[in-house]
Amino acid sequence: MNEANFMKLQFASKSENEAFARVTVAAFASQLDPTLDELTDIKTVVSEAVTNAIIHGYDNRGDGVITISAEIANDTLYLTVEDQGRGIEDLEQAKQPLYTSKPELERSGMGFTIIENFMDQLEVISSPGKGTLLTMSKRIESKKALYN
Amino acid sequence: MSLQIEMEHHRKALIVRLKGELDHHNAHLVKARMEEAIEKGDSSHIILSMKDLDFMDSSGLGVILGRYKQITGKGGKMVVCDINPAIYRLFEMSGFFKILTIQDNERLALSSLGVVS
Repeated sequence: MNEANFMKLQFASKSENEAFARVTVAAFASQLDPTLDELTDIKTVVSEAVTNAIIHGYDNRGDGVITISAEIANDTLYLTVEDQGRGIEDLEQAKQPLYTSKPELERSGMGFTIIENFMDQLEVISSPGKGTLLTMSKRIESKKALYN
Repeated sequence: MSLQIEMEHHRKALIVRLKGELDHHNAHLVKARMEEAIEKGDSSHIILSMKDLDFMDSSGLGVILGRYKQITGKGGKMVVCDINPAIYRLFEMSGFFKILTIQDNERLALSSLGVVS
């Protein structure tokens, strides 16, 4: 049994950092020897979560802080994405496919749906005025054989 | 990590080739460049080539949907071609195949629009 490995990443809520965040998390997750599809899933999920934090959490202001933590335990990647922004008032509505609170920005409303589809688990804790915490996990298939 | 947008008018079609990574950071550039080309040019249709698009998230879906509405609002069509499996899954998840026409490559996209030279 390997000891869990982890990393933590903190950065400003600027859209320039979306690519930085997804590439960094993907590089960390590479230790699990994921397939290219799995790696793309992880990058997409990080991109969605960070974009949500920037657009909705911080209303596109660049002075917020986004924290990502990732942990690898056995064959599973655990991921949290956290902001101290405005929070989500109606979580069930926010999770509806194609729903967006900002239609004027040409948002597709697919962020949460994509995260739910690409990860095995998603938990959202949000308090209006305080922020949002996403906790997710994904088992990396290609390593399953080693731990079964 | 950046995005390149290449545009070419071919008969009645505006061919837009996206290269690199399309996310929230650069979606507004795609919107601005395409919006301008659609409004100024005399193209009736759009062909969106994703052959060299390595990454796209839901911000890309938003901007594609926006241009789809723009061109169909003018009576035109939009065809998307050369999509990779990851982007295919995003389209599938979002129900885009109900409205968008997909072709394997630019040549087939052009012939589907009846604008081959």
